[in-house]
Amino acid sequence: MSAKKGLHLTLKIWRQKNNKSKGQFETYKISDVSTDSSFLEMLDILNENLINEGKEPIAFDHDCREGICGMCSLYINGRAHGPDTGITTCQLHMRMFKDGETIVIEPWRSAAFPVIKDLMVDRSAFDRVMAAGGFVSVNTSGNTLDANAIPVPKEDADRAMDAAACIGCGACVATCKNGSAMLFVGAKVSQFALLPQGRVEAKRRVLNMVKAMDEEGFGNCSNTGACEIECPKGISLENIARMNREYMAALVDQG
Amino acid sequence: MSKLDSRIPAGPLKDKWKNHKDHMNLVAPNNRDKIDIIVVGTGLAGGSAAATLAEQGYNVKAFCYQDSPRRAHSIAAQGGINAAKNYQGDGDSTYRLFYDTIKGGDYRAREANVYRLAEVSANIIDQCVAQGVPFGRDYGGQLDNRSFGGVQVKRTFYAKGQTGQQLLLGAYSAMSRQIGKGRIKMYNRHEMMDLVIVDGKARGIIARNLVTGEVERHSAHAVVIASGGYGNVYFLSTNAMGSNVSAAWKIHKKGAYFANPCYVQIHPTCIPVHGTQQSKLTLMSESLRNSGRIWVPKKIEDSVAIREGKLRPENIKEEDRDYYLERRYPAFGNLVPRDVASRAAKERCDAGFGIENNDTKEGVYLDFSTEIMKKGKEAAIEKHIHNPTDQQIYDLGKQWVEEKYGNLFVMYEKITADDPYKTPMKIYPAVHYTMGGVWVDYNLQSTIPGCFVIGEANFSDHGANRLGASALMQGLADGYFVLPYTIADYLSADIRTGAIPTGTSSFDEAEKGIKDKIDFFLNNKGTHSVDHFHKKLGHIMWNKVGMGRTPEGLREAIKEIEEVRNDFWKNVKVPGEREGMNTELEKAFRVADFLELGQLMAIDALHRNESCGGHFREDHSTPDGEAERDDVNYKYVGAWEYQGNDINAEVLHKEELIYDNIEVKTRSYK
Repeated sequence: MSAKKGLHLTLKIWRQKNNKSKGQFETYKISDVSTDSSFLEMLDILNENLINEGKEPIAFDHDCREGICGMCSLYINGRAHGPDTGITTCQLHMRMFKDGETIVIEPWRSAAFPVIKDLMVDRSAFDRVMAAGGFVSVNTSGNTLDANAIPVPKEDADRAMDAAACIGCGACVATCKNGSAMLFVGAKVSQFALLPQGRVEAKRRVLNMVKAMDEEGFGNCSNTGACEIECPKGISLENIARMNREYMAALVDQG
Repeated sequence: MSKLDSRIPAGPLKDKWKNHKDHMNLVAPNNRDKIDIIVVGTGLAGGSAAATLAEQGYNVKAFCYQDSPRRAHSIAAQGGINAAKNYQGDGDSTYRLFYDTIKGGDYRAREANVYRLAEVSANIIDQCVAQGVPFGRDYGGQLDNRSFGGVQVKRTFYAKGQTGQQLLLGAYSAMSRQIGKGRIKMYNRHEMMDLVIVDGKARGIIARNLVTGEVERHSAHAVVIASGGYGNVYFLSTNAMGSNVSAAWKIHKKGAYFANPCYVQIHPTCIPVHGTQQSKLTLMSESLRNSGRIWVPKKIEDSVAIREGKLRPENIKEEDRDYYLERRYPAFGNLVPRDVASRAAKERCDAGFGIENNDTKEGVYLDFSTEIMKKGKEAAIEKHIHNPTDQQIYDLGKQWVEEKYGNLFVMYEKITADDPYKTPMKIYPAVHYTMGGVWVDYNLQSTIPGCFVIGEANFSDHGANRLGASALMQGLADGYFVLPYTIADYLSADIRTGAIPTGTSSFDEAEKGIKDKIDFFLNNKGTHSVDHFHKKLGHIMWNKVGMGRTPEGLREAIKEIEEVRNDFWKNVKVPGEREGMNTELEKAFRVADFLELGQLMAIDALHRNESCGGHFREDHSTPDGEAERDDVNYKYVGAWEYQGNDINAEVLHKEELIYDNIEVKTRSYK
């Protein structure tokens, strides 16, 4: 009864052995996919079939399958995380597709995210940007002020939370024609810009993070807004504007 | 001879931790860079430990199998983190948090550990706020709290429905700061394959670089395991797909005792299984139970009609609904602890009242309509709207719910294609958190000297049933505030040791063992995929070592798991090569370990002739279906010692639990 309406699909999937080899699209057929299945469950079934046929399964990144860890990726029919909005690929369900459809599946496309294998890419550039300043320099001893000693206006805390909701999946970069990481970096800069904690090092933070971002080969923002549209967590373009303001202020201050 | 020395410090309960800290050995700041520490896992426990140890000046090597430490599964925790701050003035205190946790754990946790946890809980909130974690606040700018199951005070701090995410990103940012300074060497996409023991002490690990396939040797003066829980032994669970038991199981096979493996928490509010193609279960935060009422139809024919799609829940009259938790447990109602809520749901579904149209007819409603109207009325008064219409009240109420839990509602709708604002959510229990794990002493050290285990990977603090919002608390307490002190006591003897060489025979042997297994998997001409065996194991575990356990079922499970395990080693098929990314090879190693662990879980569940917390034995229940504990015979931690390939031969060691400070009572939420 689970397969209420089994879909029959043609899949065009990017296969690439490793970072050094050339990749190409391969075509696969799959049938009886339940519309209640997630997109990744559909790939699981395909992989199970491939293994049974003695072939190598398709490598793709995934982990929590709850839309929160940010590990899954995939460019599906020309869109980061596929045709639905406000979700990651693991939460994309097969009811979004029609019987008989052809689906094109590619890895994240960006120079800063080199392919590891098939649909899997290396997003460690994000970690290096974080290590350049995406933190508050407070020791972890617990010998800090009482948490309620500094009140934070609810509106600020809420907006900081909205920025902090970024899952670092990289859809913004993958979808941007310039491969810009400004939504990701802007979100982290904004989170701290909106809170009193970490304010003392705000200038240093934004300068270092932007520098690291540029060094990693991410492009510039040209305000097309595609990143905001494809962001699974609804991170707003306002964060880029806020980062730019923080950056300009820091530059001016630096002289 | 049992080696179980819990090393609980002497003195009154409330002074134990302070006294212990005052008298432990230290490593002076100038000596810390002579010490290397390996941390396996970068969730709340591992991430906070790595950051703190690096900040103190040790050389830290951190490992995670994901592409970034930020992906660790702690990130998926939704509801909140407990702390005895008493900001709400409703009578909370260190003692009360301690008491609730011991009671919630069905008196199967160590007093001293739990008291320490309650004691440092308040520090955690201060720490995280200082790191810029955006907790929910009220309009006065102060931190807001909610309440959770099993508790009658509001002590849960939260960041919308993404508390775990924000706490983990806090720990990750603290790690990032140390990575940037070169104090932590981070190994992403690396998996620990084995522990290396030199002269009886943990001195390193064998790891596999998952991108290149290379098998690597890493040495250290101490190894910290923070690899999380083993819920994926059930195949379907709320754990991340990659979460595995391997690191903990490998140290078990090297001499660390594995404690209380049968204690698994079944979470009551998960989206029900939809079908055979499913890979993963998704949780709806327990915090929803603050606002939702749980029910099934009173009349069995209504349940049948709902399952057949002939009746909508909205059309069932109030008097025809059975709010079974409120009926059975008037004092706690929908906020009873997780084991109680889960069993109550199973009881109703077993009796035929389940509402979900799936193979097993399992599912109950979590309904927000009462809360929406209640909050709507409050908001109307606040906004001075006189004589509001029902629609106005509904809209205001919906707005309130949206603000509090919005992302969870969206998530539910994406998965089920049902709008939970209009129709009640469908939920059913699922495997969530494992309270068992590697046995550790008060210092969080396993029975292998120099091998420490923290967070969900150890057995401590939660007893038989983890209460809501307490796992995040333990992870961060261990990592930020406990381990950094206790590990120094051990390492103080190592300041003259010098770097540990990796060319020794212990490393040779451990590496050879792993390379041989890789050869075996890649060359085995098997017939079935790794998942095939994993699903078979999961099926046995859920049916026979799940929510209700019987001696007969457990005996069958032990035998059946062994059969699957034998079949696995004969017939598993692992495609691909040793070099480069090979996700099937990764899974093969993990499932091999799950097959052994699953058997031990059933053995542990069979030997414990009582019901407690997450371990419910149907032959030990009261006439009205409540758990029947046996404190005379089973008030101990059961820790198993590995004896080689035959899991049935594992030897049980017992750590008696002594309650000097609280009276052991029958747990009742009525």
